[in-house]
Amino acid sequence: MTEPLLSVRDLRVHFHTDDGVVKAVDGVSYDVMPGGALGVVGESGSGKSVASLTLMGLTRFENAEISGQVLFEGRDLLQASNEELRRVRGNGIAMIFQDPLSSLHPFYKVGAQLVEAIRAHGDVTKRAARVRATELLALVDIPDPARRIDAYPHEFSGGMRQRVMIAMALANDPRLLIADEPTTALDVTVQAQILALIRRLQDELDTAVVIITHDLGVIAETVDDVAVMYAGRIVERAAVKQIFAAPEHPYTWGLLRSIPRLDLPRDASLVPIPGRPPSLINLPGGCAFHPRCPYVRDRHRQVEPPLDPVPDDPHHRVACLLEPQTRRKLWSELR
Amino acid sequence: MSAEPLVEVRDLVKHFPLTSGVVFRKEVGTVHAVDGVSFDIAEGETFGLVGESGCGKSTLARLMTRLHEPTSGTVRFAGRDISELGPKELKPLRRDAQMIFQDPYSSLNPRKTVGSIIAEPFAIHGLKTGAGERKRAVQDLMQQVGLNPEHYNRFPHEFSGGQRQRIGVARAIALKPRLIVADEPVSALDVSIQAQILNLLKDLQRELGLTIVFIAHDLSVVRYMCDRIAVMYLGQIVELADSEALYGHPRHPYTGALMSAVPVPDPARTLRRKARVLRGDVPSPTHPPQACRFHTRCPKCQDVCTLETPLLEPKNGGNVAACHFPLTESEVAERSPRGAGAIPETG
Repeated sequence: MTEPLLSVRDLRVHFHTDDGVVKAVDGVSYDVMPGGALGVVGESGSGKSVASLTLMGLTRFENAEISGQVLFEGRDLLQASNEELRRVRGNGIAMIFQDPLSSLHPFYKVGAQLVEAIRAHGDVTKRAARVRATELLALVDIPDPARRIDAYPHEFSGGMRQRVMIAMALANDPRLLIADEPTTALDVTVQAQILALIRRLQDELDTAVVIITHDLGVIAETVDDVAVMYAGRIVERAAVKQIFAAPEHPYTWGLLRSIPRLDLPRDASLVPIPGRPPSLINLPGGCAFHPRCPYVRDRHRQVEPPLDPVPDDPHHRVACLLEPQTRRKLWSELR
Repeated sequence: MSAEPLVEVRDLVKHFPLTSGVVFRKEVGTVHAVDGVSFDIAEGETFGLVGESGCGKSTLARLMTRLHEPTSGTVRFAGRDISELGPKELKPLRRDAQMIFQDPYSSLNPRKTVGSIIAEPFAIHGLKTGAGERKRAVQDLMQQVGLNPEHYNRFPHEFSGGQRQRIGVARAIALKPRLIVADEPVSALDVSIQAQILNLLKDLQRELGLTIVFIAHDLSVVRYMCDRIAVMYLGQIVELADSEALYGHPRHPYTGALMSAVPVPDPARTLRRKARVLRGDVPSPTHPPQACRFHTRCPKCQDVCTLETPLLEPKNGGNVAACHFPLTESEVAERSPRGAGAIPETG
């Protein structure tokens, strides 16, 4: 068996604030294989972004308490010094964000910013870096790259800016690309272009990808494995097909039933999840989803459910205290 | 059609001047935000406006409630041309046509209590003047939109995004309007909360007999909400049809492209569907392309599309579309998110 590229073990990120301890990430474990694609789904406040920022060492604030292990190619990034991390960022792991306009410097030409990214990690001449920058722009389908390299970010549309961000992320051939809501700010036709681009690059360059999103449609079209996060924990993990065909967690059911879908009849009614996500300062006891769960039992208010494999699919894990038979029966009635 | 439409929009145009210079402002260009749009909305229907950013859907919403003055064309509300209304005559329109905005954070005054925010329409129109009467009316509204009436004295920051949007809805229905224009009312909300607000709007419409103009970029949300839908591109309507017809057999290639671009939460179907990725971005509305505005991105573009503007006219299946070469059934199948287009690849 191949070793995982990234292995996160019992990651916890707690922020100490005046109001109390914010448990943004509270015991998250997952693996990403070389060249694999993992999707992390969750709503705002589920900890999906903080978990990824922590991998990159971007949550090392004074009030942050970080524990667990983040093994990237065998090295624990949580123990790495800032200088070591700087070398991993861009080289080993690269990240793209939701808003490409605020991620690019408005005063510098796109080419200059790409050249800077290339030269930050490799000993290359300016001229060689510029050639590489042009290649990268061509790779992400920017038309007329030799001319566009001298444009400013404001001269690019939102979709083109996101392409530039992807080009910059790929500048040093990272083994892992983390994309945090890469298409949320984009129009739907442009979103389709960017998703196609990410898929193509993943095939061509064999880069592993972690896509963080709230959109189950984006997940279905881009990744192999899915982790569903709720209140700082992973509540369900499975292959993408299983998440949609045989979801096990009541929260996942809720998500699937609350989105209007073009592929189902129009009169299919939406069933919202009642209530709202909990405050991370004051998490409900037991299963964090219990105040919103229609199937809550007394025990679920006290006992924290472990992320256990479901019967007959060791790859599919769920953190729910309902009996497996009960869950299957409930889902077959809901769908 | 016997009943008179509640809203009649005719040849509506809104151009915004682009100026340069500080002292001597001169006009250097025009943004063609809305460019010759006509449609009717019947009383009690939910009318959807879909399109990508910059297509003019929000400008159109503001023209319909006269938050913008049109450059030309007319908007008639219940038979009256609203652009001719003076300040005094405008007040009844303000009462009858209300808006709900996208951002529940910036559309509520952070220094006012929820009670006074919802009571503001009453204050402006001098209704429910007794203090006890006004408070009761506000608490009834809070109940109606699913807020706890005891939270009357709380401030907006004490509420979550979904609850804030409920406050916006309560404020909009306070005066029992006939028309509500909802501009992207759920796009700032979390997935699990969106459905709550959509269902609330649907229920209120049924109870109060509201007419709703529902504006969104999300095609699946619009389909869930609306009876009839207009698809906009660069300031113009490119297709107009009943919800079933529009999604069942889109005729305009842009509508087809939008539909095939929506990611479908079903990996099994994703594999069967051929993704039709549209080239390029939406052109700038300062210099919209000549003739058919979609021709720069259209997979079916021919010479005639760059020369002659297609008229918005009925096509096969009853959809009204502005296209010289509307989609055929097999092209529709290829683009369908239902994955019915399991057409074997040829060649």
